[in-house]
Amino acid sequence: MGISGYSRTELMACVAARELRDDEVVFVGIGLPSLACNLARLTHAPGLVLIYESGAIGAVPERLPVSIGDPALVTDSLMVCSMADVFQCFLQNGRIQVGFLGGAQIDRYGNINSTVIGAYSHPRIRLPGSGGAAEIAVHAQRTLIVSALSPRIFPETVDFITSPGQRCHGRSRRELGMPGAGPVRIITDRGILQPDPESGEMVLMALYPGVEVAEVRAGVGWPLQSAATLGTVEPPGPEELRLLREVLDPQKFFLKG
Amino acid sequence: MKSKLVSMSEAIASHVHDGDIVVIEGFTHLISFAAAHEIIRQRRRNLTLCRLTPDLIYDQMIAAGCATKLVFSWAGNPGAGSLHAFRRAVEGQGPDLEIEEYSHFGMVARFSAGAARLPFWPLRNYMGTDLPTVNPAIKSVTCPYTGEVLATVPALNPDVTIVHAQRADEQGNAQIWGLMGVQKEAAFASDRVVVVVEQLVDESVIRADPNRTLIPGMIVDAVVVEPWGAHPSYAQGYYDRDNDFYVAWEAISRDVGRMDAYLDEYVYGVRNRAEYLAKMPGTAERLRAKERVCAGVNYGY
Repeated sequence: MGISGYSRTELMACVAARELRDDEVVFVGIGLPSLACNLARLTHAPGLVLIYESGAIGAVPERLPVSIGDPALVTDSLMVCSMADVFQCFLQNGRIQVGFLGGAQIDRYGNINSTVIGAYSHPRIRLPGSGGAAEIAVHAQRTLIVSALSPRIFPETVDFITSPGQRCHGRSRRELGMPGAGPVRIITDRGILQPDPESGEMVLMALYPGVEVAEVRAGVGWPLQSAATLGTVEPPGPEELRLLREVLDPQKFFLKG
Repeated sequence: MKSKLVSMSEAIASHVHDGDIVVIEGFTHLISFAAAHEIIRQRRRNLTLCRLTPDLIYDQMIAAGCATKLVFSWAGNPGAGSLHAFRRAVEGQGPDLEIEEYSHFGMVARFSAGAARLPFWPLRNYMGTDLPTVNPAIKSVTCPYTGEVLATVPALNPDVTIVHAQRADEQGNAQIWGLMGVQKEAAFASDRVVVVVEQLVDESVIRADPNRTLIPGMIVDAVVVEPWGAHPSYAQGYYDRDNDFYVAWEAISRDVGRMDAYLDEYVYGVRNRAEYLAKMPGTAERLRAKERVCAGVNYGY
């Protein structure tokens, strides 16, 4: 934690939460996305419907879920359904407004690799693979990517496209026929990126308090452009910090660093 | 009708053979580690293991040498790290393992096709991703009604599917509550089905709440009663997930020596589930579920 009284991870969770609107339906992942969704539900978005790919619909977890199939997601939820229903009746049906994604590599068009580092047939590092990420990236009406910056995580091109971003191998989402809008924000630990409406390339749209543009540029592997006017980001408020630290993740399971 | 009740060792001896396509399903919830341990003890070989999430259960079976092929969609240790036996095999540091990889939706669709006895299942997916370039089984079809090009995945019809359930009668009418994953589709897709339960109940208990039945006895070949058979995964209403063990697996599986020692002590070194549990005193007390009983409904007319 810096002299500012909050950590960058806490700010990322707050920024992600503020992207969610009341009564939206959100496909939640484990870690910071789960914290962000539950923070939004306890603050400005009490009607937010949390859907986990395991089949819990309208989950209200009493404890921090450490896996995507945590039993606390079932208790007091609105519905529990099969995974065939999750992917067909909810996701492919177009019912998911927001999806959260992350990965080992994210490129200048927001394509995500969570499959392999190196060649697929002889990987240097074998990662877990898609899970539900590929279809969330295709179908969610919009997606939010959450990741700390580093040139290793943000190369110019990814080794493998697991989850499609704004342009894949030179073709736009529209050409490829994808229903959702794709990644509309990359929430990093220094600022927020968003796609240029023409090219689909990720550009800097807002800086966190006290961060210089050069610090963000140093964290990506391509010549990062900036929006004409850079936005600012409010630091976490006392209520947001209290909920994160005392209610949502008191053991700092995901708020480390 | 003749009871289908058998012991775990009888169920595996009768229904899991060398070279089989084997599915032990359960998404985080109700994963039959007891069945996997018995398969390891009976030294089955050349299995094709299929699951959305290989999880610790298939990491252990890969380490034990049971598998030559893995079909999957997410191979991590949920919330805790990697599956290192899987990684060693795929990264060229261990015995060869052929892989066939989908996304969750793709695996779910494969089981749906298998359950409906159709050759494939269409889905609107995979555009822009590199998955079809590394898995030629992901193909496409042009819709005869709209002309839309849709992705397709082939049916998955396992030789045997093993499902853990909270309760069943001795005919295998199995009731599950909490997360249901893809167990129903996997069971209907399979040639043979083994149901493992926390609790054996009378048929009247099943008939009192028929909406809770996920798998009907008519497709079940064997019923095994194995309390705590899903540990370290969980059974809603019976026991919580052993998250500490999932975290501990990161270090155990990273080291081949520790992994072998684990299998020697907790799998080969015990004859059954009761002996496995006896090695971990205090586990039941630590993980036993709290009461959150629902009131039930009126089925009258």
